[in-house]
Amino acid sequence: MLRVFLAEWRKLRRPVLVLGSLASSLFFTVLVTVFMFKNIDNPQGNADRGASIGRPILESASGSITAVSQVGLFLGITALCIFAAQSAQEYTYGTLRNLLVRQPARLKLLAGKFAAMKSFALLIAVVNISVSIAIAFSLSDGAKVSTAMWFTSEGLAAIGRSSLNIFISIVYFGVLGITLGLIFRSPISSISIGVIWSLILEGLLFFVNENIPKWTPVSQFNTIAAGGSADISYTHALTLGTSYVFLGTIISAILFAKRDVAN
Amino acid sequence: MSTNAPVINNAIEVHGLTKRYKNLAALSEATFSVPTGTICGFVGPNGAGKTTTIRMLLGLITPTEGSAQVLGFPVSEPEKYLSLVGAMIEGPAFYPALTGIENLRVLATMGDIPQERVSELIDLVGLQGRGGDKYKTYSLGMKQRLGIAAALLPNPQLLILDEPTNGLDPEGIQEVRDLIKKLASQGKTIFVSSHLLSELEIISEYIVMLRKGEVVFSGPIGELLIAQKPTIIVKTEVISDLEKVVAIAHAAGHPAVIRHGEAHIEGPHEWAATLNRSAFEAGIVLSQLNPTTPNLEETFFEMTGAR
Repeated sequence: MLRVFLAEWRKLRRPVLVLGSLASSLFFTVLVTVFMFKNIDNPQGNADRGASIGRPILESASGSITAVSQVGLFLGITALCIFAAQSAQEYTYGTLRNLLVRQPARLKLLAGKFAAMKSFALLIAVVNISVSIAIAFSLSDGAKVSTAMWFTSEGLAAIGRSSLNIFISIVYFGVLGITLGLIFRSPISSISIGVIWSLILEGLLFFVNENIPKWTPVSQFNTIAAGGSADISYTHALTLGTSYVFLGTIISAILFAKRDVAN
Repeated sequence: MSTNAPVINNAIEVHGLTKRYKNLAALSEATFSVPTGTICGFVGPNGAGKTTTIRMLLGLITPTEGSAQVLGFPVSEPEKYLSLVGAMIEGPAFYPALTGIENLRVLATMGDIPQERVSELIDLVGLQGRGGDKYKTYSLGMKQRLGIAAALLPNPQLLILDEPTNGLDPEGIQEVRDLIKKLASQGKTIFVSSHLLSELEIISEYIVMLRKGEVVFSGPIGELLIAQKPTIIVKTEVISDLEKVVAIAHAAGHPAVIRHGEAHIEGPHEWAATLNRSAFEAGIVLSQLNPTTPNLEETFFEMTGAR
């Protein structure tokens, strides 16, 4: 599996892919972090859907990481696109047949690819978290937010906990991407279906019945990144989200292991 | 993966191999073998089942029925033999945004093959100086060369090449032919499909011929050609007279067909003089009268009905 991991990284380390992925994810991270601190006193709110995140929250031990925790959806969608493209392009380029001739153990191949993509997701998470904390710290004085609690042992534990949640969320989005990639075998189809579902359809379902998001996958993944929300508890999101990921992994494994490679 | 293949007479053995997609049989009860250390041509019209067969031999497609062994191992256990097999299937397939070298390194890393082999092969297939360029900038011929390099990465005992000369210029075709001969002289088995039947006739010792998913011949190429009946190829000054020539042949009991502006008549070479006389008496002017023994291409068309 290590050989597959290293081979996959030869593809993932392309500067265009690395910098493009970081640029697109950092765009949202920087935007949300700056917006949160610059609009802290704005009566129209400084967070998602007009919510207000005030000084008591930002000055708490987890204040340094509050902003990036709100970007889980966008980081997740970045991972979804990368994971979907990396798995589906093997079919569209026809390269899967070459890989399977050199590594015929299909589940080993899938596991190695997945491990490499997870490490790529970890890179995205670490860079985004670091950049968000740095921006938050640099804007804290101007926003009159005390950072005294941020780097205490409690603050560092909060950073670790939130980072883990963001990482889990990104990986879960990634598994959704892989599953879509293997089902549709086309980067364009799998990415567009994944993005439309994540950004539009789940939102529309809320208007059909406001309880539906408590049971849909993207809401769970997003809630995991935020460490829980007013509507969905962290435990519920983690349990249900993990169930979705388990199901996606089983579907991916069966499709990858059993399906004829005819292109 | 195993590197100790059992001692075997046939690098490939196929018995009753069948692949069905719903009601369509892509391959039907194919049985053939490819002796170790030979060059075996694999021919058939488009859609005859060649690529399906190759994919089954490489463990990419599961057979519906039948069995096959590669280097002594069943195709249901590809991890036991694929480290000894190199393959280019249905043309080269690589990552467009990676360089030629980096594409080969992906496969070398995957197959635990020393990275030094990559530069050796880049030189061997004539891509020196271009290996560092992105694959998407390559011409068709260069892509084909990279595909051959990828197939040679593991220093294979069995090399399976699907249309290796596609897109190559005459010099490139000659180079591939020489390379295949050189590899065979080292004891490797080469299983090669190509539409360039004249090329296969030059280099192959064995041939497997498919038609509509069925094996119509498998064995030494010499046996195939010897079994073919001598043919007289006729052209007439007036093209419409070809039908009269065919009628004369039929009347004399010789099967005949018109292909590409020529009448192909089965019959001994000596009968050419009789035909010439009969045509003259019928007022037909022959512009060509050529007694011949069918080559592989003519035999292919005869046996597969590809024309």
